[in-house]
Amino acid sequence: MSAPFSPVLAGHASPEAEAPRTPRNVLHRGGPSNPSAGRIQQRFPDAFVRAEVVWGDTTVFVKPEHVFAVISYLHDDAAEQYDYLSDVTAVEYRDLELPIEMVWHLRSLPHRRFLRLKAQLPKGQPLRIASVWPIYKGADWLERECYDMFGIVFEGHPDLRRILLWEQYKEGFPLRKDFPLRGRFSRSEQLRQALAANPEARYSMEELKIADAFEDLPQDMRRRLAGGEKTGE
Amino acid sequence: MATKRTIEVALSTSGLDAEGRPQRVPLVVDGGGSVTTLEAPPALEPELEGEHMLLNLGPQHPATHGVLRLVLELDGETVVRCIPHVGYLHCGFEKIGEYRQYNQIIPWTDREDYLNSPGNNVAFALGAERLFGIDITPRCTVLRVIAMELSRIISHLVWLGTTCIDIGAFTPFLWAFQERERVYNLLEGWVGARLTTSLTRVGGMAADIPDGWMDGLNSFVKTFPKTIAEVDKMVTRNGIWVGRTIGIGAMSADEAVNYGLSGSMVRAAGVAYDVRKDFPYLEYETYDFEVPVGSAGDVYDRFLVRMEELRQSVRILEQASKRLPDGPVNVDDARVILPPKSKATSEMESMIHHFKQVMEGPRPPAGESYVAVESPKGEKGYYMVSDGTSKPVRWRIRPPSYVNLSAIPKMVEGHLLSDVIAINASIDIVMGEIDR
Repeated sequence: MSAPFSPVLAGHASPEAEAPRTPRNVLHRGGPSNPSAGRIQQRFPDAFVRAEVVWGDTTVFVKPEHVFAVISYLHDDAAEQYDYLSDVTAVEYRDLELPIEMVWHLRSLPHRRFLRLKAQLPKGQPLRIASVWPIYKGADWLERECYDMFGIVFEGHPDLRRILLWEQYKEGFPLRKDFPLRGRFSRSEQLRQALAANPEARYSMEELKIADAFEDLPQDMRRRLAGGEKTGE
Repeated sequence: MATKRTIEVALSTSGLDAEGRPQRVPLVVDGGGSVTTLEAPPALEPELEGEHMLLNLGPQHPATHGVLRLVLELDGETVVRCIPHVGYLHCGFEKIGEYRQYNQIIPWTDREDYLNSPGNNVAFALGAERLFGIDITPRCTVLRVIAMELSRIISHLVWLGTTCIDIGAFTPFLWAFQERERVYNLLEGWVGARLTTSLTRVGGMAADIPDGWMDGLNSFVKTFPKTIAEVDKMVTRNGIWVGRTIGIGAMSADEAVNYGLSGSMVRAAGVAYDVRKDFPYLEYETYDFEVPVGSAGDVYDRFLVRMEELRQSVRILEQASKRLPDGPVNVDDARVILPPKSKATSEMESMIHHFKQVMEGPRPPAGESYVAVESPKGEKGYYMVSDGTSKPVRWRIRPPSYVNLSAIPKMVEGHLLSDVIAINASIDIVMGEIDR
């Protein structure tokens, strides 16, 4: 028999970080704030908009054009060390006048801290924001989903395509508030499109290049694909 | 002349490395059948001419654990590139959640990660209770811990069984599913449902445990470790198992954190990040349990970590069953809890209250909450934004296996096609959660 596998106790967080406890009696507004919020305000006075504590979590609003700089700082600085990106998502409010909010949930595993970073994207102009993929590789699919659902374009993302919906999906961005729950198209139109799609043509141009399969395709399909048309239409 | 073949075999009895794990020892089998150990590293194979091949794996493939589709670029049998396609099960949970009251969303949480329904129910209820500013009762806290650990056991058992089948061991599958059946029987005794439990409500539970239920739990807790030990004996030092898993799909600690991996995936890489320890909920800080951490971050370490997590879950269940206090399960808060049925049918005020609760639903104040729990797959978070109405403006699921799966192109690169199956199994994906 060999030595048994010996588990070690969670020791990733540095010992000086305070022992975490289950939050109790959390206040709706106010309460202890994450010290990173103050440091962002000091370091990025141009980017900082406001900070608030809602139900125990600190939210920092920054200007959208400075998001990448702020997140780089939070990731790299020794006092911050936000090394873990929990989530990237967006919120659109029922009041359509309000801007769309981009939300990043960041965690500092060494300091056991949690920070919510927000940037407001005004309506009536293209929704664009810097991708944090160069900092966190985990942002890849999270940003693709956000693009898929809200139509927010992440500049600098290496492969911004739809992910949960198919690439030829034409109905728009489902999590936007102007998108009806049943979809934009009628059931008969959805059915017609599904039946009209060619189930064999489900490889992207990039994938077809792998096998040099492009040369083997029929002439008309090659012409369509070379013209920039997506497969399956 | 007899042709020489070089194969890699892990010996289960000799050749342990410094960590005490069996090493992969290259062996040479010549045509005569004699086997010799090779001291020097095997010579590189001569470069073969040939085109890269496109291989489509899935979506209807049993080893993809659902409807995952991987488009693989192969050089011979080696994966050069992997392009995953997900979304075949997408049904817009997050959109539907914006049209449902908080308690009406709970059945939806059953159906995303359907191997972890009680855990999802608890996680959602915790998030909603944060929005309402409710602290649950001590009895409810312990009951929820029991529910979470039972669902962790279910999920890990399904993972264990299906992964064993993927790698070629059938017996552990039957053992694992037999034990899983016992947990489902317990859940059935508790709420009546087995798979889609809808166990919680905002502010409490759907039901208290029935009389004698704890005896069933205690007998499960007593006998279940025997099954883990049997699987351990059968699989952990098995030469085929070890050969198929050691050094496969390894992620370093820094990579794992940067890719946002969570749960057993990040712990196998040596990062002791467990939401129960680092950002506790349900008073997990008062339970005595340990977080297993691997070192190599490969498929084998993920297996070891999950096996140990099963044992630690049993430890937590033992402690929880001892400390279960008496008292009410639901909070005494008229904003979220329905009046008793007897009153609702006999008193006017209670009937109006009941009617308003059911038809209009509880209204949290405007605000937002992100509550993450340690699901069997990793960090599962529910982000809810309220504008003061009875339905959330935004209900976001942070799906751990979605983020874990996004690292699969990185993990399979340079491995053999058969290793893709092992790596995919080790991620422990549930497509219901990934596609939502």
